[in-house]
Parts: sequence; structure tokens; C-alpha cells
Amino acid sequence: MKGIGTKIGIVLIALPAVLLAGLLLGSENLPLLGGSDLQQAILLEIRLPRVLLGAAVGASLAVAGAALQSLLRNPLAEPYLLGVSNGAALGTMLAIVLFTGFFWAGPIMAFAGAVIATATVYRMAQSKVGMSVERLVLSGIIVTTMLSSAIVLLTTLLDATKLRSFTFWLLGDLSQATPGSYILPLVFAVLGTIILTFNAKALNLLMLGERDAFDFGVDVSKVRLVVFACAAALVGVSVAAGGSVGYVGLIVPHLVRMTFGSDNRRVIPISALVGAIFVVLADTVARTVIAPRELPVGAITALIGAPLFIYLLKRS
Amino acid sequence: MLEARNIFLSYGDREVLRDVSLNLSAGKITVVMGPNGAGKTTLLKALNSTLSPASGSVLVEGRDIVDLSRREIAKKIAVVAQENETRFPVSVTEFVLGGRYAYGKSFGWETADDRRIAMECLRLCDLDGYEDRLLNELSGGERQRVVLARAVASQAGILLLDEPTANLDLAHQAMMIRLVRERCTGCGASALVITHDLNLASEFADDLVFMKSGRIIAQGAVNDVMTSENIRTVFGVDARVDSSPVGDSRRVTLIFD
Repeated sequence: MKGIGTKIGIVLIALPAVLLAGLLLGSENLPLLGGSDLQQAILLEIRLPRVLLGAAVGASLAVAGAALQSLLRNPLAEPYLLGVSNGAALGTMLAIVLFTGFFWAGPIMAFAGAVIATATVYRMAQSKVGMSVERLVLSGIIVTTMLSSAIVLLTTLLDATKLRSFTFWLLGDLSQATPGSYILPLVFAVLGTIILTFNAKALNLLMLGERDAFDFGVDVSKVRLVVFACAAALVGVSVAAGGSVGYVGLIVPHLVRMTFGSDNRRVIPISALVGAIFVVLADTVARTVIAPRELPVGAITALIGAPLFIYLLKRS
Repeated sequence: MLEARNIFLSYGDREVLRDVSLNLSAGKITVVMGPNGAGKTTLLKALNSTLSPASGSVLVEGRDIVDLSRREIAKKIAVVAQENETRFPVSVTEFVLGGRYAYGKSFGWETADDRRIAMECLRLCDLDGYEDRLLNELSGGERQRVVLARAVASQAGILLLDEPTANLDLAHQAMMIRLVRERCTGCGASALVITHDLNLASEFADDLVFMKSGRIIAQGAVNDVMTSENIRTVFGVDARVDSSPVGDSRRVTLIFD
């Protein structure tokens, strides 16, 4: 592919530039060096965790989307639209209601919720004639709405002061980021991207058909298990920390495939970088566009993602 | 090279293969024919271990196929199945390189050797200049040739082809058959081909297998098995079988009244 080095170079330069912009821009624009003590504190204890969490969430969701799309042979597969994010959200909420104060409860329950949602959608979408685009999308809607009603039911148990922050969190919100809250999502994003990149060659064949992949030597059931587990872990951990930021897993892999081709050995790692750029950028917009008030970042990503989804559905 | 011994296979309660035995020997093309639902595609799937028989065994070069890994099987057996479609923009080169999967590590890029073999196979399948074309923009016949090129790129000694000529125009049917024939006589490969075309089968098969309702009705050298009695038994149609005006193969003329 021509000029691929240049394109990767642009992505590699854009990532630190966007991270830096996310650090400095906001309701108050901060200097990188030489600010007051208060400004330094805001920079390091509020902005930095938020930017890093955004990068981790963006990378996780984009990579999970790219891998699920190849595995399910469907460019419309996306953690949020398949109900995986809602499964993770329900798990996180249950953890908050049932096991307050136990740090690992959130991510673990989110992972469990994501796994259950993934398995349910996968089984529902399968039929004797294979898995059609429409069937998968419909199964995702059914699981999403079912989980949404369970989430609404749980919110009635919460007191009114918490309700607003929960509504924001459900839409995807990075404002709760605290120093340290980004570490687990960041570790998972890096590990998940590495593991899935190592399965990219098999995913290239799976993208063309399960039977084909099997015929040419891919251990299909093993790869499927690895991809589902990684996707659920990536989505679970990022939803537990940043809520359900929608459409990232749809928009980012689509852009990456358009620019770099369909080879998953490129698509997966580059999606991680572009996903990080995309969510940090969207969150910077969310923080500045109606400053000093804020939008949830998920509102921005959905605003971009929904029209793209309609376009892709029309085309398929 | 590939031998099936007394295979029985069922989907639930329905028996699809009943006591099927056959032997694909080196250098020979075996054609399998039979009405829809005779079990031809199921047989093909059993031969490369996609489906496991309830009883009986499949031997690849003398070894039981259940003892081989997917990668080992992929290096020995290549399948050309009925065409597939993809919604992703995959280039012809990327697709054909998929045939080299079993040779590389599960991670990494294809070697220069892999690329050379892929290019060679594109040329063999009359696909020069298609390298960067996208798969989902090709016609059915072009795609069928790309699928064949990928199977050839795997350099497997056993080719299993499920209706490989279905979407092809006459010139490319001839190309497909010539290519399979070359793999067999030139490289000592063996091939199993499912087709519905009696005359095409008479022309290029060495051995012929007639199947009906999961059983083998007749098998043997094509000129012995291609008889009007067998055609009537298997397909329920009348046919006249005589010698081809060119060469010593059979000619089949269906008689409809």
C-alpha cells in the first residue's frame, strides 16, 4: 500500500498533539509550564487522568469493535449497539448497589455483564442459514433494550443526587476520572490490543467466512473465544470507568479500514491509536463547547456515529 | 492419498452418509455426482474433517485425520467451496495470501516466498492485473477464480472442489479444469470435484462416483461407470451414452419426452 508510512506517521504525531490539547484546553485554558499551583494541580490531578482515561476508553472500544466486526463478518458490529456496553453498565451498577467499597467489584461485574450480553447476542443472531447483518443488529437492539430497562429499574433504587451523575455516566462520561482511575483501563487497552493483534492473521481469514478460515488452518473456536473474552474485558473495564461511550467501535475501525485497508494486522493496532485520538478529541469538545458546563462525551460520539451507522446500513 | 473408509454421518436423526468408502489416488481426478441432497457436500466436509463421521475413518497419506492439527490438514487438503462474499474491502492479493496461513506463524507477515507463490497462482488463474482489485467489486466468475487461486496457493496435494465451474464462462471452465489437471499430472496431486455436468465429468474425470441418498451407487473408472443404467438409477432420467466424436471419452445425451 502506497504512502502507508506517511499515514501511520500522521497518526503517531496526532496522538500526542491531541493528548496535549486535551490537557491544556478546557473551561479554563492552562499553560503547560509555569502556571500557578492551582493550575498545576488542575493539570495533573484533573485533566491528566481524564485525558489518559479518554485515551484508554477510546482505544479499548475501537479495538473491541474492530475485532468483533471481523469475527462476526459484519462492519456494523459495535460494542454499544450489540448491547455489550449495556451489559457492562448493568454489571457496574449492580456492583455499586451490592458491593460498595470493593474496588475490583466494578470491573469484574462489568466484565461478567459484557460476557453475558455478548454470549446472548451471539446465540440469538445465529440461525441455520448463518448470521445475517439484520439478525445481528436486531438481536443487539433486543438485548440493549432489555438491559436498559433493568438499568432504569436499578436507578430507582438510587437517591436523587446520584441520579444526574448516573445519567451522564450511562451516556459515557469521563468527568469522574480521578488520579489512578485510568491505570486499569490503560493496562487493559494495551494488553487487549496486543493479544488481538496477535490474532489478526486468523481474523483476516475469519472475516471472509468461518468455514474458509477453518479449511485454511485457523483454530476457529479458540480464536473466537479469545476475541470474545478480550472484547468483553476491554468493554467491561472501559465502561466501568467511563460509561457507555457509543459508536466509537463503529466510527474508528471504519475510518481506519478506509485509509489503511482491511488487513487486521494494521486495522487493530491503528484503531487503538485512532480510537484514543477520537475520544480525547470528542471529550475536549464536550468540555469546551458550552463551557463552563459540560456535555457527556457519549453525546458527541453518538452525534457523529448515528449518521454513519445509517449510511453503512443503507450500503450493506 | 486420501481415503475414506466406511463413513456414516448423520444430522440429528437424518442419515446423510451411509457406508461411504472411496480412495483418491495421486495424479487422479475423481468426480462425485448425484442429485441434490445426495450427500456430496457433506462427504467433502467429512473428508477434510469439518464434520466428524459417526463411524468410519478418513486417512490422509495413511494417517487418521483426527490425529492431525488444523494447520497440518490445511497444508495437505485445500477446499474450493461455493463462493463466499465479504462486506469488507479485501484486495485480491490479501485474499490469495490467506492460502498461505498454515505455513506462517500465527502472527507476522507473509514472506517473500509466500508473495511469489500467490502472484504465480494469480497468473495461473488468469488474474494478471487483479492484484489490487477489491474482492467485493468482482463478478461471480472472477471471484470463483480468486477462490481457486487461493486454494492452489496453499500448495496442498489434495484438492476438494465443490461445483468449481458453476459461475464460470466456457473459457474459464476449461481453464479451471486444465489447472486441476495440471496439479494432478504435473505435481502428483489428487482432486475430488463435485459437478452436475455429465459431459464435463466424462471429459476430465479419471474416476467417477455416483451418489444417491447418502450411498455410493457406483464407482470406478469414468468410462465404466458413465452408463445409461447408472444415470437412470441415480437421477431418474433417460440418457443415451455413446463415444465422444473426439477422443475416447463418453458422450451423454439426455432424452426428454
